[in-house]
Amino acid sequence: MELKINNQIHQVDAPDEMPLLWVLRDLLGKKGTKFGCGQGLCGTCTVHVNGQPMRSCITPVAVAKNSEVTTIEGVDEQGNHPIQIAWRENNVPQCGYCQSGQIMSALNLLSNNSTPTDQDIDSAMSGNICRCGTYPRIKQAIKDAAKVMNQNKGAKS
Amino acid sequence: MNTFKLDRREFLTLTGVAGGGLLLGCSSSSNSSQAMFVKNNQAHKLNIFVSVRPDNRVDIINHRSEMGQGAKTGVIQMIADELDVDWEKINVVQGLGDKAYGSQNTDGSTSVRKFYSKLREIGASARTMLEQAAAEYWQVDVSQVQAKQHKVFNLTNGNSLNYGDLAELAAKQPIPNVAKLTFKSKEQFKYITKPVPIVDLHDMTTGKATYGIDVELDGLLVASIERCPVLYGKVKSFDASGAKAIPGVVDVINMPETVKPVVFSAGSGVAVIATNTWAANQGRKALKIEWDLGENKDFDSEQAFADMASKAQNPAKRSAEKGDITAGFAKAEQILEATYKVPFLAHAPMEPPAAAALVTDTSCEIWAATQNPQAVMDNVAGMVGLKPEQIKVNVTLLGGGFGRKSKADFVCEAVYLSKKLGKPVKVVWTREDDLKMGYFHAGATAFIKAGVDKHANITAWQQRSVMPSIKTTFAPSTDDLLDVELSLGFNDIPFQLESLQGESSGYVNPVRIGWLRSVSNIPHAFALHSFVDELAHANNIPTHKYLRQLYAEDRLIDPITDYGFKGYKNYDESLQRHPISTQRFKAVLDKLEQTVNFDEALPAGQGWGLAIHRSFVSYVGVASKVEVKDGKLTVLAMHSVIDCGVAVNPDRVESQLEGAMIFGLSLALMGRIDIKQGAVSQSNFHDYPVLRMQQCPELSVAIIQSDAYPGGVGEPGVPPVAPSLVNAIFTATGKRYRELPINQYLTV
Repeated sequence: MELKINNQIHQVDAPDEMPLLWVLRDLLGKKGTKFGCGQGLCGTCTVHVNGQPMRSCITPVAVAKNSEVTTIEGVDEQGNHPIQIAWRENNVPQCGYCQSGQIMSALNLLSNNSTPTDQDIDSAMSGNICRCGTYPRIKQAIKDAAKVMNQNKGAKS
Repeated sequence: MNTFKLDRREFLTLTGVAGGGLLLGCSSSSNSSQAMFVKNNQAHKLNIFVSVRPDNRVDIINHRSEMGQGAKTGVIQMIADELDVDWEKINVVQGLGDKAYGSQNTDGSTSVRKFYSKLREIGASARTMLEQAAAEYWQVDVSQVQAKQHKVFNLTNGNSLNYGDLAELAAKQPIPNVAKLTFKSKEQFKYITKPVPIVDLHDMTTGKATYGIDVELDGLLVASIERCPVLYGKVKSFDASGAKAIPGVVDVINMPETVKPVVFSAGSGVAVIATNTWAANQGRKALKIEWDLGENKDFDSEQAFADMASKAQNPAKRSAEKGDITAGFAKAEQILEATYKVPFLAHAPMEPPAAAALVTDTSCEIWAATQNPQAVMDNVAGMVGLKPEQIKVNVTLLGGGFGRKSKADFVCEAVYLSKKLGKPVKVVWTREDDLKMGYFHAGATAFIKAGVDKHANITAWQQRSVMPSIKTTFAPSTDDLLDVELSLGFNDIPFQLESLQGESSGYVNPVRIGWLRSVSNIPHAFALHSFVDELAHANNIPTHKYLRQLYAEDRLIDPITDYGFKGYKNYDESLQRHPISTQRFKAVLDKLEQTVNFDEALPAGQGWGLAIHRSFVSYVGVASKVEVKDGKLTVLAMHSVIDCGVAVNPDRVESQLEGAMIFGLSLALMGRIDIKQGAVSQSNFHDYPVLRMQQCPELSVAIIQSDAYPGGVGEPGVPPVAPSLVNAIFTATGKRYRELPINQYLTV
């Protein structure tokens, strides 16, 4: 089947029910998306399908056919999206393993809500577990990124 | 800063062999010479950790495992500061498993405290060799040259040479005498004590960081293993036909029977081997296995707790004694006693265990998210008929560890399967595997009984710790506790006590027991600091004031002489360098009192609690503020204060303390592994919940500025969290919870 991932077309030979996560990781070698629970409980495997955050560990690859899939590798070629920069400026990661999923969830939040409150952030990020405990820094990074993204928007308009 | 992979062959040949033929003084700035440098850019080894390349880059080995605690960055900071290198010109090389580095067991919060002197020596030694090389080149005395910021300067004329220019000549210098090395003063530190961003920061925000589960090799197969749910059970028979019918499945292999003692061995189960992880998991679901569950099939953790609680009420093996406890109780105005319980717990790192191996007739190479590559070498050597030093272990980043990944069981599985198949195999655990097949934190019971006089001073203190020892994993019939377990927050009480009796008992227990972030400090600190809070309330003294009374005057406590606890370990440190100091406890208390007003009048249902605990030779105080309303608990704020001596990377110290509060809250609020009919009941994050963002209180961390020798950081933040929390709940509600987790009483 044909998949469009990070604006590139890929051909994969996979059964329809194979989770998108394992297609990305094992068939296409895109290892930035991580496995955490296999049940859609921890958010580690979050990717976007047509701009919507999806838990790729429970999303059959068939769902992604004729869709735009975005993974952590597609957020910004150099890693310079304001969210990624804010993540680094706040020294968010500890082990780093869940951060791809965290960033993908944060990206979705900020594309729908440019000025999230603490509660908005809690609710958007509640599906993403970080066992190291980087939540306070994630929250701060989201707020910092929101500011920069709003300034950028202002500058463009 | 680059992360940089070094081939084993290259690693072994980096012994100062002249290869590049580069001339000293050759400028590295022109393009033409750049090309030559790339071609001849051989690393010149100054010692086992440091090599300098002609292009002016310096390879520095990190020999410790990075699992989020920041060791990889801290190790480089300690070497780089004394080496006086430019941070941007460092290639960080992850060291292979090799005893030459000293211990690589990344456990016990040791990466800084056990290597602070050694790694600074390593850096200073390499810098001295660069200075010796420059002196030789300029034909001046070594006292006439000085290294600074990646150059060596000739003090007689101001000329300078880049480190890269000196690489070859430096590698030929004699190894300096350690006694003659010079070190920076703290004012001169450039990296140590500075919040240096972690080495892998950029990769971790772009999905490029590589963990054990991400290992890719030519022809790599993936294994998913259905393991016997009961320890020491075995496979009676199995039908692989369903599994083999799944597209992508290439083989089904019976794993070796679990032998006693289990230690870190691969054990009973059936492995499905496939070309990808999903096919392996699907094949596994299609297996039909008949188990012989064996001798432990009736084990029940509830029954174990009932047994342990009863043991805790009765005299047991004595390990500590001070004064006359009978007289102490006889003269007491008031006697209190209580029993506390902490359940079995699982580590649940976000990356489940994962390892790959390639075994041939003559070699064994491993890629693993391991906290302890040397234990891997020791554990697999016999499996493949090689000596430990012949096993090549590549250590990946770890997606969390918390103690789980210091056990080599999952690596042994990969080695076993690769040997069977003669192909590279990666074993990937599911979350269910991780929770059901852990090396669990020991479920524990503690009993404390104390008598106080009319001033609330302690006249008698009797305590018992009962839990399965970690030793049961290595010697299953062990029914007492190790001295090291009793050294973790038990027989090292920092309070003024007229008399003391410390007793303990093990519990023969048929699950694998392992160490989890701060280990026995968790149940010991929970009991000790809850009980002190109970004493304070019983005597109508605010706990923070009562703590000051119990610390009494500034003094050093020696459990060996003060409490007769001959087996005291002090985290494998001397009491001279790392004493138990009441002054340092009080300084942490002072700082907490400056941060929080414990006596403030709060709305009904709100309250503060605190606990201060020394572990891994660092002191951490935690203050918690909670609200309980209509049966719902909200943790409003948590503040940690740490005295860990010199904080090599204050930002990572803060992040570890933030993480420790969250880890501690997870276990206090929700952590619980149950074992029924010999098997773990929990299976994934729905029934083994860990803290999520919306449950996370406002957090703050303060670091006490100190010149004391560094202590541990990764673990000491955890033990005070649970008692601080239950003490806050007591202040808020008047209800005392002595058994964790709290979600059995309150909605969290």
